[in-house]
Amino acid sequence: MSKPYVTILGKAVRAAARLRGNGSALPGLVVERIDPDFIKDTLASLPRGVVVISGTNGKTTTTKMVVELLESQGLKVFTNRSGSNFTRGVAAALLGEIDMLGNLDADIAVLELDEAHAVHFVRTIPPRYSLILNVMRDQLDRFGEIDATADMLRAITTSTTEAVVLNREDARIASLKNSLATQKVHYFGLSNDLLETFPSDDNMRGGAKRSNTTPANVILTKFTDHLATFWMNDKEITTPLKLTGIYNVFNAAAALALVLAIVGDTTNQKTLIAALAEVTPAFGRGETLIVGGQPLELVLVKNPSGFRLGLKSFSPAGYATMIAINDNYADGRDMSWLWDVEFDSLRAGGVAKVTGIRAYDMALRLQYDEVPIAHVEKDLTKALRRFINENKDQPKRIYCTYTAMLTLRRELGKITDVEPIG
Amino acid sequence: MSQQTITILQLYPQDMNIYGDFGNVLVLKRRLQWYGYDVTVLTYNPGDTFPSDVDIIVGGGGQDSGQGKIQTDLLAIGARLKKMADNDVPMLVVCGLYQLFGKFFKTASGELIPGIGLFDIETHGKAERLIGNIVTVSDEFGEIIGYENHSGQTFLGKNVTPLGHVRVGAGNNMVDATEGARYRNVIGSYLHGSLLPKNPAIADFLIEKAVTKKYGDFSTDVIDDQFATLARRVATKRPR
Repeated sequence: MSKPYVTILGKAVRAAARLRGNGSALPGLVVERIDPDFIKDTLASLPRGVVVISGTNGKTTTTKMVVELLESQGLKVFTNRSGSNFTRGVAAALLGEIDMLGNLDADIAVLELDEAHAVHFVRTIPPRYSLILNVMRDQLDRFGEIDATADMLRAITTSTTEAVVLNREDARIASLKNSLATQKVHYFGLSNDLLETFPSDDNMRGGAKRSNTTPANVILTKFTDHLATFWMNDKEITTPLKLTGIYNVFNAAAALALVLAIVGDTTNQKTLIAALAEVTPAFGRGETLIVGGQPLELVLVKNPSGFRLGLKSFSPAGYATMIAINDNYADGRDMSWLWDVEFDSLRAGGVAKVTGIRAYDMALRLQYDEVPIAHVEKDLTKALRRFINENKDQPKRIYCTYTAMLTLRRELGKITDVEPIG
Repeated sequence: MSQQTITILQLYPQDMNIYGDFGNVLVLKRRLQWYGYDVTVLTYNPGDTFPSDVDIIVGGGGQDSGQGKIQTDLLAIGARLKKMADNDVPMLVVCGLYQLFGKFFKTASGELIPGIGLFDIETHGKAERLIGNIVTVSDEFGEIIGYENHSGQTFLGKNVTPLGHVRVGAGNNMVDATEGARYRNVIGSYLHGSLLPKNPAIADFLIEKAVTKKYGDFSTDVIDDQFATLARRVATKRPR
């Protein structure tokens, strides 16, 4: 079938799917079936190539940052903004951006890809740049073991043609350098002081104290109260940020390192930092909605390190807390991970609502940390309504797994302004 | 009466903790506290001095790389662990350490990794990973509910009995529908989830054996296991 026909058909399916209000990957699936070279041909035409961002935690927010930072440097950027980070999601996103002749008006593509899907993607479309954030235990039921996941990430870096940006503080990621021959390698990192406050899976239960001697291109040296200091281009730069949570701010260091690698000496540092100061978290990654005049924060949790960092980053004092745990395929089916998170910080204030398919697993987990629970309600919609009604005069925070977040956002969309996902 | 203390030893928490095994230790610790005992949790990592006064031993699963790190050390303390098992010390080993408590693990490429032979079992690495929710049944503990994720398939010898028989899932191997192994008061299993939170009957078995052995009798308060009961009910209905 010719490209314009494929394009028109795909666009029609996309429009229909949006009207029905369901997932972002369906139109992409249709196009992928009809013309497997659709993505390849379209992306191959971009003058500055393709950038792939992968890793366990922080892909969506980091991708959003990289896009906004590149735009601050005058580039037109295509991205799979929807967070539907599979190949089909890329095809679906492309359909929204191309004209009827199938031309994409962009200089560069910045794509967030899930580790397993990235492996297939880079085989067809070798990226010019890649950024690997971290590898942590997540969805081990899908990928088997962390070391196997690290091998998938290795395949991304070895397929990259120009430069690879790596997390210096994650031993499995930093060591990916050893497999690279011709590519330039850039690092982002943390100062030794911050490193100690940053738990990794490997030093979760003890292990060697970490410190670093490999030089990094961008280092996060300080973060207090929305003010972050980065070491880059041999200078310290301090800037206010709208991002919350130290893991988001560390990912800002990753985004800066990647953008410096892409844009190089012509980077306008002033507009770069100004853009960074304005970046807000991606949906569900610490985003704040206003419900009944009170803030309601959604914090996505999908693995132990992310949940631990979330609990560490946001003080529960003064907040009503809800936890929503699903075990659908996208969440991971194994509940073991809840037992690698300590919930002591919630003991003083307790948890107002525990909800989701695995609400009782979560309640059981809290019982063993002696955290008081006001109410367990499996049904997400009912729990959300009661949570809001019973805590009217208080700021609220919801820790939720991925599919629980999608449901909660849809419900919240009925009562407040929620930015559409796809 | 002076306060009675039970000491739990967690084996190799640095390298073998991947599937929420910390949850098993936490459940034993809290339930003992709720029953009115003092609890000491000790950890043992490669090269440490093995503590002399231990009442319960818990060990977990690791990645292949983690197993490589502890293997020599485990063989060095193997005789000691076997002696403790024959002295009826209760132990729980899950996944990786369950395999290495057996006679050997033969990898898919044919490499033979010796275990300590506490269990009369052998494990063979396979290409296919057995992953998903699992329900087994045992006469002693009723339904045992958890999650499995392993590529090794384990076969039981004569001197060992299975922990349970598989109702949903794979278990030890793809042949005989057994899961886990029992030798005296030692329990080996592939189940995480973690195992003990949703299976308080097994936790209480380990606790009762430890307390009775040390203090002669065991008196319990009632623990509210309502959340565990409801979580079990949900887990049995979830897709594999």
